[in-house]
Amino acid sequence: MDRSRITDLYFAEARSKLIDLAAFLDRIERSEGVDDFRMKSLRAALQELGTPGPEKAKKILLLLSDPTEEPVSDAGSKSASGAWAGF
Amino acid sequence: MRYIEPHAHMVSRVTDDYTAMVTAGCRAVCEPAFWAGFDRSSAQGFHDYFCQLTDYEPRRAAQFGLPHYSWLCLNPKEAENLPLADEVLAMIPSFLDRPNVLGIGEIGLNKNSRNEVAIFERHVDLAVRHGQMILVHTPHLEDKWKGTRLIVDMLKQNRGIDPARVIIDHVEEHTVDVVLEAGFWAGITLYPQSKCTPSRAIDMVEIYGSQHIWLNCACDWGQSDPLAVPKTALEMKRRGHSESAIDRLIYGNPLQFLSQNLKFRLDEIAWEDKRDATQK
Repeated sequence: MDRSRITDLYFAEARSKLIDLAAFLDRIERSEGVDDFRMKSLRAALQELGTPGPEKAKKILLLLSDPTEEPVSDAGSKSASGAWAGF
Repeated sequence: MRYIEPHAHMVSRVTDDYTAMVTAGCRAVCEPAFWAGFDRSSAQGFHDYFCQLTDYEPRRAAQFGLPHYSWLCLNPKEAENLPLADEVLAMIPSFLDRPNVLGIGEIGLNKNSRNEVAIFERHVDLAVRHGQMILVHTPHLEDKWKGTRLIVDMLKQNRGIDPARVIIDHVEEHTVDVVLEAGFWAGITLYPQSKCTPSRAIDMVEIYGSQHIWLNCACDWGQSDPLAVPKTALEMKRRGHSESAIDRLIYGNPLQFLSQNLKFRLDEIAWEDKRDATQK
């Protein structure tokens, strides 16, 4: 599929998500407190988005992932936060 | 359009969802055992759940003309309770001969803990001993990359495992190649927020090909869409994929994998069996 066709299909959706993300960052700016590991990860991911090259989705998923290799001693919480706490 | 929904937790859905799925072209639904949203307090709770998956739910699905199949296990979220896991693992073989049971699943990891690893390996051993197929759940979000690699390594180390009879589910862009290159089937789960969107799923199919990949909605009691697979098919059509390519991905591929278990049938005989069951 050529680029103009992909743009026709997905530009409006991507634009909407981009503005939602911008509004979320504005909301964070207006709030009190400091960034936790999730926001630090998100800001690093935004840098990645601006870097030319393929596989952006994969690179960002890896950036948000636990890079360690050994099982943890205790599961702790059952839920996931979306970013690695050690970032 | 016709499709097979290979991963849906129908016990947590309303009957309207069955109507919608059948109306959209669903020809069979498969239900892996999963976490109830709370920890069960005893093995008896699992016994009742396995009865629900192998008796009550197939009869409920049959009311809509939909063949229902199941997979059995203790979910990794309950693997920290080792005495409970012992009891449940001992109970599973007594259910394996039931007519709608396809194998062991969805086993896997959640937080990648040592106990989860131990219980995963015991489930795998159980599957190998009983000649069962395996459906694997990979962890959520930040834990997926590490968990998928641990799972693939453990499965590759087990000499009794035939990768062609194992599907590793919930792959995303950073794990799909790990799974496919090791010879396993890969499942792409379509969720509104986490896991994968229809457009990203189609991206992966376009990049890696559709061989050994299935799509599923994994609908449960959380934010999920029982029609995610047919909606993704419509998105594929919008992108210009052919009817035959779409049919291959959402019907032919799950049929190919699941038919390795001879219990999985979509013919009229299967439908008659289900209808008989509703009359008991």
